Amino acid sequence: MRTDKSARLAVGVKEEKIPSADQRAISRRRIVKSGLALAGAQIAGPFVLSARAAQPIKIGLDNPLTGPYAGLGKNELTGCQMALDEINAKDGILGRPVELVIEDSTSGDAGVAVLKARKLIDGEGVDFLLGNVNSALSLAMAQVSNEKGILHIVPGGHTDAVTGSSCNWNVFRVCNTTQMEANAVAAALIEQYGKRFYYITADYAFGHTLEAGMMSASAPLGGERVGGDLTPVGTVDFSSYLIKAQAANPDVVLFLLGGDDMLNALKQAVQFGLQNKVHLAGAQQEMEPLEGLAPEARIGVWVMEWYWNQPGVPHVAEFVEATKKRTGRVPTARTWFGYVSVWTCALAAAKANSLKALDMAKALQDFHLPPEVALGPNPAFYRAGQNQLVASLFVGEAQAKGSAPDDLFKVTKVVNGARVAGTLEESGCKMKWPT
Amino acid sequence: MLLFAPFWMNAIGGYTELATRIVVMGLAAMSLNFLLGFTGVLSFGHAAYFGLGAYGTAMAIKYWGIGSIPAIVLGVIIATIAAMIIGALIIKLRGVYFAMVTIAFGQVFYFIAFRWNAVTGGDDGLTGWRRLPINFGFAELDIVQNDRAFYYFALAIFAVCVAAMAVLLNSPFGRSLIAIRENERRARFLGVPIEFHVWLSFVISCLFVSAAGGLYALLNNFIDPRALRVDLSGNLVIMAVLGGMRSFWGPLIGAAIFVALQDYVSSHTENWMSVIGLVFVLVVRFFPRGVLGMLRTGAKA
Amino acid sequence: MSQVVLFNVFNGLIVGAFYALMALGLSLILNLSGVINFAHGGFLALGAYLAYTLIPYVGFWGALILAPPLTAVLGLVVEWLLIRPLYGKDPLYSLLLTFGLAYIFEDMTRLIWGAQSVPFQVPGWLMTSLSNQYFFLTGYRVFMMIIVAAAVGGLFAVLKYTRLGMRIRAGTRDLDTVSTLGVNVRVLRSLNFGIGIYMAGLAGVLAAGLLGLSPTIGANLIMPSFVAIIVGGLGSLLGTLLGGLMIGVASGLAAVYFPSATEAVIYVMMALVLLVRPRGLLGEEGRLH
Repeated sequence: MRTDKSARLAVGVKEEKIPSADQRAISRRRIVKSGLALAGAQIAGPFVLSARAAQPIKIGLDNPLTGPYAGLGKNELTGCQMALDEINAKDGILGRPVELVIEDSTSGDAGVAVLKARKLIDGEGVDFLLGNVNSALSLAMAQVSNEKGILHIVPGGHTDAVTGSSCNWNVFRVCNTTQMEANAVAAALIEQYGKRFYYITADYAFGHTLEAGMMSASAPLGGERVGGDLTPVGTVDFSSYLIKAQAANPDVVLFLLGGDDMLNALKQAVQFGLQNKVHLAGAQQEMEPLEGLAPEARIGVWVMEWYWNQPGVPHVAEFVEATKKRTGRVPTARTWFGYVSVWTCALAAAKANSLKALDMAKALQDFHLPPEVALGPNPAFYRAGQNQLVASLFVGEAQAKGSAPDDLFKVTKVVNGARVAGTLEESGCKMKWPT
Repeated sequence: MLLFAPFWMNAIGGYTELATRIVVMGLAAMSLNFLLGFTGVLSFGHAAYFGLGAYGTAMAIKYWGIGSIPAIVLGVIIATIAAMIIGALIIKLRGVYFAMVTIAFGQVFYFIAFRWNAVTGGDDGLTGWRRLPINFGFAELDIVQNDRAFYYFALAIFAVCVAAMAVLLNSPFGRSLIAIRENERRARFLGVPIEFHVWLSFVISCLFVSAAGGLYALLNNFIDPRALRVDLSGNLVIMAVLGGMRSFWGPLIGAAIFVALQDYVSSHTENWMSVIGLVFVLVVRFFPRGVLGMLRTGAKA
Repeated sequence: MSQVVLFNVFNGLIVGAFYALMALGLSLILNLSGVINFAHGGFLALGAYLAYTLIPYVGFWGALILAPPLTAVLGLVVEWLLIRPLYGKDPLYSLLLTFGLAYIFEDMTRLIWGAQSVPFQVPGWLMTSLSNQYFFLTGYRVFMMIIVAAAVGGLFAVLKYTRLGMRIRAGTRDLDTVSTLGVNVRVLRSLNFGIGIYMAGLAGVLAAGLLGLSPTIGANLIMPSFVAIIVGGLGSLLGTLLGGLMIGVASGLAAVYFPSATEAVIYVMMALVLLVRPRGLLGEEGRLH
């Protein structure tokens, strides 16, 4: 399916309805929201319109729709679509309607992710690239986007290198680095539970950097590592690691795992009654694994990057309502990542008044998100020289259920990202701008 | 046709990298078919050697900064040595059990790539390197930025390997392989050293598939353990069957159809896995002789 | 330290029993029909999801009883429609077919039940630990052992004492002769396949209580089953059972002494067995071709 390169009227394009139960396959790859653009066109008058008929701006999303990360990828997609609707309702980007072109990167096949990235850039001619949930795929895609000089936003790939040692002028990231997450939660853990930590870490970039982050964050506070294990991604049975952890007699067992690994480990830990002997905690936690756990397994102290239940913070409730209407569920951090990613493209283009990646990248240095996009109590901005979004982090406890059936996390402290972001030098990013 | 692919690819909705990928997979499928279609032995773990070639190439460039062609050669050497060793281990098995064991060994390498973090980058793959321009001494071929140039480079390597395979198959050795395929017992009675020839066929097949792997690594400027997984092995087999196991060019046709189909379908629905699975099922049930196989019988009738 | 070793060995046996259950189903199908059922993991996932769907109506126990036979029925349908025409042909084709089926199953479960993991409710009293000292002996794991033991015992009893079982055993050795003796080989294969899939479905229900339930649950479990069969012996069910237990214990021990090699150890075992005794520990001669 190729884009019609000739002038196109933003008229007569159907509104695509997303079923509320988000279990339907997305059969249309392209989502164009132009209902209100149609109204705008009628006001302008037919002759003027045909002269200024706008070619749509395309945002390419190269994210997992299949495999273990499909659930996370889909939630990010929902956020993207919501942002798309709002942007097109407000006249699009620089007056042009916006389209989202979606490709399945798979959950782990870098060859496919890179292929699709090239397809989006060369074949489809997208103006911006978004992706990927999988940190490693983000890095691979960043090489392509940098080669082609396209603005690239990473919604949810956490490994530090993306805005650290492998940072690029054209690559921006919404979610936190693992170091930031560790910094946010370490102090709370030591205060509440003690200094002896046992680490159960996922054996890939995300896990490694999270563990390194936790160690460096807890060391100055007296944190002590009494032992640890690296578990392969996709480990099915954590019992031997849990047995070892308990034998080491720590204060806290840290679960530095992602996705299904987190789920399995917690499920089995609770089956063993481990929470009665030691405290269970970790760094990053997400709604998706919590939703997949039986209620009695929702325990432990964690940090989330964004949470839906923020009483008193403006605009959040509307976002939650809008998401519930669309999918029947509350938004997760992933939804917010996708939402911010697409909005970033629109806002950067507006500020730079240009679609050139270099202009937009420069416009984003130290750029603050407006409150209706930031959706949090602290300011959210892209740190200059690193292209990393610094916002808020939510430290708290998982709970079987709170004020509402979806309220699975009790926030005990909201940390200002700026305080835990570390220095630019610590990040390891030495950004090179094209001359 | 292949020579002008980058030019007509865009016209039919493709893009240069897709063409390059077809060439790479085509080479891999044809290499597999050397063993499968011409010797009659099924290996369902060829991704291991594809991946070894890929990792060898990637690591050579990343750690030693050598040029693209020497890097591929290094990858091929590593994979071929592995194939020689493993081939010797499993040569006593045949049929279903041989296939199972090739699957298992495929997983071993997948697993090594996964776990040997320091060297292979583990689950994240090996990044931070790219293919370097090829210096012929008198001219430099920029295969880095120029997609098209890389396509021709890949095509050149493809041509060399395919020519070598053709020569081998037409030799007495090649004919003895076909004899083994047709009737192993009779071939044994005729004095053909079965074990040795099957082993050799296995090693040769792995040698060429690792060259394809090296190209794959260069294509992506990236390699990760997924390239070693049984999924890829299965895909290579289906490409060979889809195109026609008994013919020389069949697997290339199969690769072209499969890669293009996968690319097209995955852009249009997220249920592309079902479609691909369906392709497997349909080919096995209704087109086991593959495209070229059917055309051939059609021509005869 | 020895306590940790003891724990891990015990736990390894429990996990190994589970692997054995999976592998036995696979082995049954392989031995009689020469089919490598790549879709075994898919059937496992299906069994788990069927149980998940049934639980609100018939509770956990009802699901445990009903889901495996339902999965087996689906297996019979698949066998009748798709696999049966492939008997007697090159094993390549059945391998490719089940490979494709695995793709389809994973995608369909994702389509029907969603990509995210879903919570699987096991009765509360099963979830707790039975002893403070041996805390890894959760009620659920012991329960799993019992079910696996019952299933395996049942399987061996069927094979030894029933006519069906005798025919399967005979057919595994020499299908042609069995056929000339008047046994309906087609029905025999189907029933055999059904039993194998029943075991996959049962393993699925058990697995869901232990791990999270998501569409990829089957994919991770299929490789250890292959290894169990190779190690234990091609063609021998007892060997498969032993193989499963062995790899469970080996992984557990590795976790104590070489933590980074817990996965590698099963492949190392496999390589060793192939080197020293290619037909597997209890494998039968003549099974290699």
